[in-house]
Amino acid sequence: MPGMSMVQALNSAIDVMLGRDPDVVIFGEDVGYYGGVFRVTEGLQKKHGDHRVFDAPIAEGGMLGTAVGMGAYGLRPIVEIQFADYIYPATDQLISAAARLRYRSGGEFWAPITVRAPCGGGIFGGQTHSQSVEAIFTHVCGLKTVIPSNPYDAKGLLISAIEDDDPVVFFEPKRLYNGPFDGHPDRPSVPWTQHPQSEVPDGYYTVPLGQAAVARPGDAVTVLAYGTMVHVALAAAEEAEIDAEIIDLRTLLPLDIDTVVDSVKKTGRCVIAHEATRTCGYGAELAALVQEHCFYHLEAPIVRVTGWDTPYPHIFEWEYFPGPQRVADGMRRAIEG
Amino acid sequence: MPRFAAGAVERPDIAVPAQQTHPLAYQLIRVLDDEGAAVGAWDPKLSPETLRRGLRAMMLTRAYDDRMFRQQRQGKISFYMKCTGEEAIGVGQAFALAPDDMLFATYRQQGLLIARDWPILDMMCECYSNSHDRLKGRQLPVLYSARAASFFSLAGNLGIQYPQAVGWAMASAIKGDHRIAASWIGEGSTAEPDFHHALTFASVYRAPVILNVVNNQWAISSHQEIAGGEAATFAARAIGFGLASLRVDGNDFLAVYGATQWAAERARANHGATLIEMFTYRAAPHSTSDDPTRYRPENEGRNWPYGDPIERLSRHLIRLGEWSPERHKQLEAELVDYVREVGREAESYGTMQTGPHFSVRTMFEDVFKEMPWHLRRQRQELGV
Repeated sequence: MPGMSMVQALNSAIDVMLGRDPDVVIFGEDVGYYGGVFRVTEGLQKKHGDHRVFDAPIAEGGMLGTAVGMGAYGLRPIVEIQFADYIYPATDQLISAAARLRYRSGGEFWAPITVRAPCGGGIFGGQTHSQSVEAIFTHVCGLKTVIPSNPYDAKGLLISAIEDDDPVVFFEPKRLYNGPFDGHPDRPSVPWTQHPQSEVPDGYYTVPLGQAAVARPGDAVTVLAYGTMVHVALAAAEEAEIDAEIIDLRTLLPLDIDTVVDSVKKTGRCVIAHEATRTCGYGAELAALVQEHCFYHLEAPIVRVTGWDTPYPHIFEWEYFPGPQRVADGMRRAIEG
Repeated sequence: MPRFAAGAVERPDIAVPAQQTHPLAYQLIRVLDDEGAAVGAWDPKLSPETLRRGLRAMMLTRAYDDRMFRQQRQGKISFYMKCTGEEAIGVGQAFALAPDDMLFATYRQQGLLIARDWPILDMMCECYSNSHDRLKGRQLPVLYSARAASFFSLAGNLGIQYPQAVGWAMASAIKGDHRIAASWIGEGSTAEPDFHHALTFASVYRAPVILNVVNNQWAISSHQEIAGGEAATFAARAIGFGLASLRVDGNDFLAVYGATQWAAERARANHGATLIEMFTYRAAPHSTSDDPTRYRPENEGRNWPYGDPIERLSRHLIRLGEWSPERHKQLEAELVDYVREVGREAESYGTMQTGPHFSVRTMFEDVFKEMPWHLRRQRQELGV
């Protein structure tokens, strides 16, 4: 099996699905001839034709609006939003139309759309190329929200998302595109090739939506994380020598509640880590669920380690980013109570 | 504004470059003159039988509207919206399109469904949110969905259907399908970005779609000038996008039919999309929640220079010797009886007030194709 970066794994997922299903199309800004600014669609237009892989005008609302119509026709459109920060103009079509179409039409119409968007910081992108906006979408009934943390999952989850008959918002942590990132910006970057989860089959396979993975088993404390923060939490556990159980949620909605509850009941302690801003972030929902399901097993208050409630700053990126030190401190607080 | 004469506008070949249609954005395509004669190049030359079917569908639409409006006043439904004065648009356009062309309408084109012979019983049950409402009581009255009639689920968010129609048309083109899409938007909602998106994508991808702007002068209490209608016609919005543009007397069944037929042939032959401004007048209030006496002169509708679409088509048929005032009156009475009879059947399946409705359990269905655990638990929490 070839070692793939996350970019290559995503490209492979789209390639496989374009090949398997004549109803799959993908479009977005710079997606066609150029192959996408992060190269995720490189070579796909040449291989599958410009009626299946094509550029879109700079109009995210127009992309989602036309995708809803394509879905109603019977296609399975994949829309690439160049950065998650640019998804806001598309939210009306996503929330008012795509998410509610099946419901409002009594099941007559639906929107089998996958919206892909690079999210998160760590590349000095400033406030318009760094945001983690997942909680806006997990709050919307009718949408599924997915964030992979490695190439194997990225491909398997994206194929599941494309095959899903409901709209899926698929956020790709851009700092993980070309290598795992443990939250130490001062250390040399590591490519995916040395990582076990870069072993990605060439062909079709799926990772089901709604299933979390245990990224590191442990007994001392549960860390709920997704995307880049999975790698940061792994580094924190190793560096602080804490036997943490790190859960990679993979799908935020629908959430794999059983894996979360089993782990917290076992450890009695819970840290929630995400890069997004804190207030009303996805961690707030996780904290509520953990106390609803595990209150009598908790030995200490639940700890949230998150981005601050500020726009993503350009120059203070690493003060904003919840790195391994902050995650380790959070684990200690949860353990010490 | 000048009053445009019937028959004065030239009819270009369907294959002309879009630019050659742009002068038409500042004219008004009319076929029926003041005496009820059909004149000029846009006359679709329909058979008397088709004209009578069109007249009947418009009259049924009006009778249906009248009854449902009163049902709201009696508290049997929560809300209603009439299309009085605009019946020629829904009915005439549905007649000119193929039955499987896909329609992305607004709440004021109920005539599309009626012209496609969709049962008004089904529409009434939706308005009553009763046990036969296929939308399971989830939608406001009038926000129909009828996949079997190629009629897309209506939204209350204005304008969002416009780019969706373009996307459907793009998909049809990608698949080499013969079907085209058509969409409608009110002149007020042309200020929304969705309008701009739809025209951009329709132009860039040469989508086989007809984009209609129903300019009925009023967006609730806002006159069309608040959407920029005094600075340029709504048909002229097509010019900057390189789309074909037509401006049509929307109260003239034959002009509506002729223009739609032209745009449909053009789209089907892959010559691109057409923006059609349907120039009309909203004779009724915006909805049952609206009181137009507070913002517009009471006699404005009566003075509308282009008359009433039903009266005009009726006069035309009478002139042809294919109709009479007596037959008109008789049909009117028959349709009132018919709507009342169907209404009684619909009410027997429940009204909003009295039920029966769908089971509360169904509230949790269709959010997703398969119900996830959190919705199952919420349903249990409600105890249903």
